[in-house]
Amino acid sequence: MTRYLALVTMTLALISTAPAFAGASRIERIVTPAGIEIWLVRDKNLPMMSLEFAFLGGAAQDPAAKPGVANLVAGLLDEGAGDLNAAAFHERLEERAISLTFGVNRDNLRGSIRTLSENRDQAFELLRLALTAPRFDGQELERIRAAVLAQLRRRSTNPSDIAADSWFARAFPGHPYGRPPQGTLESVPTIAVDDLRAYVRRMLARSNLRIAAVGDVDAAEIAILVDRTFGSLPPRNDPAPVADAEPRGLGTTETIEVKVPQTVITFGGIGLKRADPDFIPAFVLNHILGGGGFESRLFREVREKRGLAYSVYCYLAPFEHTGLFLGGVSTRNDRVAETLEIIVAEIKRMAAEGPTADELEKAKRFLIGSYPLRFDTSGKITANLLDIQIENLGIDYIDKRNTLIEAVTSEDIRRAGRRFLAEVKLLVMLVGEPQAKKPMGGG
Amino acid sequence: MRILTALAVAGTATLANPRGAGAEPAGPAVQHFTLSNGLDVVVIPDNRSPVVTHMIWYRVGSADEDLGKSGLAHFLEHLMFKGTAKNPAGSFSRTLATLGGQENAFTSSDYTAYFQRVTRDHLERVMAFEADRMTGLVLTDTVVLPEREVVLEERRMRTDNDPGAQLAEAMQAALFVNHPYGHPVIGWEQEMRKLNREEALAFYRRFYAPNNAIVVIAGDIAPDDIRALAEKTYGAVPKNDAIKLRSRPLEPDARASRRVVLADQRVAQPSLSRYYLVPSYRTAKASEAEALDALAHVIGAGTLSRLYKALVIEKPIAVTASAWYGGTSFDATRFGISATPRPGVSLEELESAIDAVVAEVAANGITDQELARAKTRLVADTIYSWDDQFTLARVYGSALANGLSVETVQSWPDRIRAVTAQSVQEAARNFLDMRHAVTGYLIKQPAPPEKRS
Repeated sequence: MTRYLALVTMTLALISTAPAFAGASRIERIVTPAGIEIWLVRDKNLPMMSLEFAFLGGAAQDPAAKPGVANLVAGLLDEGAGDLNAAAFHERLEERAISLTFGVNRDNLRGSIRTLSENRDQAFELLRLALTAPRFDGQELERIRAAVLAQLRRRSTNPSDIAADSWFARAFPGHPYGRPPQGTLESVPTIAVDDLRAYVRRMLARSNLRIAAVGDVDAAEIAILVDRTFGSLPPRNDPAPVADAEPRGLGTTETIEVKVPQTVITFGGIGLKRADPDFIPAFVLNHILGGGGFESRLFREVREKRGLAYSVYCYLAPFEHTGLFLGGVSTRNDRVAETLEIIVAEIKRMAAEGPTADELEKAKRFLIGSYPLRFDTSGKITANLLDIQIENLGIDYIDKRNTLIEAVTSEDIRRAGRRFLAEVKLLVMLVGEPQAKKPMGGG
Repeated sequence: MRILTALAVAGTATLANPRGAGAEPAGPAVQHFTLSNGLDVVVIPDNRSPVVTHMIWYRVGSADEDLGKSGLAHFLEHLMFKGTAKNPAGSFSRTLATLGGQENAFTSSDYTAYFQRVTRDHLERVMAFEADRMTGLVLTDTVVLPEREVVLEERRMRTDNDPGAQLAEAMQAALFVNHPYGHPVIGWEQEMRKLNREEALAFYRRFYAPNNAIVVIAGDIAPDDIRALAEKTYGAVPKNDAIKLRSRPLEPDARASRRVVLADQRVAQPSLSRYYLVPSYRTAKASEAEALDALAHVIGAGTLSRLYKALVIEKPIAVTASAWYGGTSFDATRFGISATPRPGVSLEELESAIDAVVAEVAANGITDQELARAKTRLVADTIYSWDDQFTLARVYGSALANGLSVETVQSWPDRIRAVTAQSVQEAARNFLDMRHAVTGYLIKQPAPPEKRS
C-alpha cells in the first residue's frame, strides 16, 4: 500500500524530458567500425554492465490484420536461437545469471541485457543469436502464444485495460495506433511463423537501431561487442508507411458496463509531439495541472480536498505519429459525475487563467531539482539515453534540458495551453457502472 | 551525547579490481549505529551520482492493529502527510517539491516506511522534516475525513475491482487463523469506514518513536557526516519507554488443509494459487530460510524450473507456473505457488500436477545443476542490487524492521552458497505440507439466468 500509485506510463519515454546526471560529458558517443552508434557511460564501480536497445517501428508495424506480431516476436526471441533450443538457450542465460528481456510498445521493439563483467562475451553471443538466428520452433510458438492469450483473457475483464485499449481503439480507428500492441483474442491465434520471420526480416536492421550502454566496459570493448552482436543485421529496415494522425472522437464520452464498484476513467485529447517547440512549456504546464505527485491541481482538488479518488493524473504522451494528452482517475460509481466535473473545471480554469507565477516557479524548481534522480541506476541511465536518441534530442540534451525548463515564461505557458487545453475536447472512456452519465467532453 | 555502537560492515566501497584473481566483489561499506534515544541509523554509500535516498522505517504495521481496527496503520501512513505544528498542512511536501525531491510511503503487515529522494545538499532538510513529524503530527477532521474516502477508493481500486486480489485476501485470511497477518493491510471495508482521528493519533503516539524506528540513508554521503546530522535532527526526539518488542498471537499447529474458491463473472482466465505457512528468516532455524529461497528458485523461477517444465512444457496443461518465498517477515510467512491453466484444463488437474512436482522434490531432492543455477542467480541478484540505492535502502530497511541485522543481509550470499541439496529436499519435505496450506481457485461464475417477467 503506498500513498500514491506511481504512474505507469502507457507508452514509452514521455519523461525523457527528464534530467541529467552530474556531467553529461560522461556520455561517450561511439561509432563502431560497422557504423553503429552507441551512447556509453562508463562506470567501473560495479562488476557489471547493462545495455538497452530499440528497433524503431514497434507494434505499429504489425500487419493490419494481425496485431500482436511484434509482441510475439519479442516473446520468442529468447526461446531458442542458432543451435540452441529454448531449454539450452535459457540454461546458458541462467548458468551465468544473464538477464535478457524484450518488449514492444506502439513505436518500438526494445530489449535489454544485463550481465556481470566476467560473463560479458557469453552474454553478447546469446544476444547475437537471439537477434540474428531466432528459431521460432513450433512448440515454443504455441507455448508463448498460449501465454499471450491467457494474458489477453485477463485483460478482457480488467477495467483499466479495457479503458486503455478502448480509448486507443476509438481515438485511432483504422490506424495502427488503434490496435492493441499485445494483439487481440482474434488475431493472435492466426499469427504464423512466417509472420514472425517477416517482421524480423523487415524491422530488425541497423538503420532503425538505437543503443545505450552503462557499466564496466570501455569504448573499444563495447564497439567490438556491438559489432559482433548487431553487425550482421541488414543495413536498412523496410517499414510500412504509418500516417501521422490526430485522435478522433473528441467531445464524446463512452461507457463500457462492467460490474465493478469503482469506475475507471481514461480521458485524453490532442497533445504535442516531442519535437514540437512548445513541448517543454506544455510539459511544465501539465506538471502543474496533474503531472506532479502531491502538488498538482488535480491531486489537490480531486483527492486531497474531496477524497474522490486514490489516484488522479494527466500526462503528455508523445508518439512518433501523434501527440496526446492523456489522464486517468478511478472513483466510486456514484461519484463519477462529480469527479469528471471537477477535472473538466480544472482543465478549463487552467486553460483560461494559466498557472500562477508561484506555481510556475515551483514547478520549475521541482523539474530542475529532481533531474538527477532520473540517473542514479544503470537501468535508468540506459533507458533515458535511449529515449533521447529515439526522440532525436541530441547528445547534449541532458546538459541543455534544465536551461530549457528555466527559460519557460508565462507567455510560453499560455501559448502551449492554447495548443492542447483550450477547447477541453476530450474523448472519455468510463468502465464500470457509473450511476450518472454526464457527458464530459463537449463544451 | 553518546553514540552507542558503530560497526562498519563489509569490505571496500569500490572495486579496485573486481575481476582480480579470486577477488570476491564486495558490496557497499554499510555502517550501522544507534543514537542514545534508540534510533537505528544505517548508512549505505553510493557515490556514483549526487543523489540521496532517505527512508524511515517504523517497526509497526497492520499486524500491530487492535482487533476491529484493520487498516489503521495504513490510514495513519496517509495522515502523516497532513502536517505538524511546526510544519503545517502540506509544507513538508511543498518544500520538498521545490527542492526537486520525490517522496512516498508504504505500509506492510510489519512496517510503515516513508522516504524522500533528493540531491545530497538537501538531506539535512528532509531529516529535520522527518524528525519533526515523528512526534509533531496534528490532525483535524477537515483533513482526516476526506483521506478516509481516499483509502476506501484505494481499497476499491486494488481489491474490490479485482477478483484475483479478493481471492488473495481470502487465502491470507484462511492461512492465518490466529495471527493478525490474516487481515488485509488496507483493512476490511466496514472497519475502515469507522477509523477516526482519535484512533489514528493514539496509534501514532503508541508506535512512532525513535526507539521503534530505523533511518536508512543511501547515496552520495559521508557516513561521518550522517552521524552528526542524525544527532542534530533525530537526536532531540525523546524515546518512548513503553515500546516493547512486538509479540503477536502466533499460529497454532495447523492440521487442516484449506480450500478457498472465488467465483466471479469477471474471471475470463481461471488460475490457481497456494500458500504454505512457513518460517521466515527471523523465525527459521539456521539455514532453513536459505533453503526455502533455493527451493522456490528451483521449483518456480523461470522456464527451467520444475513447475514450469512439468506443467507448461512437458504436459502441457498450463501457460504459467511459478513459486516464491516471502522470507522477510517478522513472524511466520508464506511460500507461494501459482499457475494458470490452458483452456479446457481443470484446476483439479492442475493442482494434482503441482502436487506431483512438490512430492517428487520431497522424495528425491534436486540435482546439483539445479542447485548451482539457483545459487548463481540468487548471488548475482545481490550484486545487481548494488546498482540501485533505492533497492539497497529497501533491503536493509525491511531486514532491520523485521528483526534482522545488517550482518545478516551482508552474509546472505555466503549462506546461500552454503545451501545443500539435502537441505532443499528437507525444506520441501518439512514445509510444503498440505496441513499448513491454503489452495485458492479463481473461477468464472456462470452468468445468472435472465429474469423473465
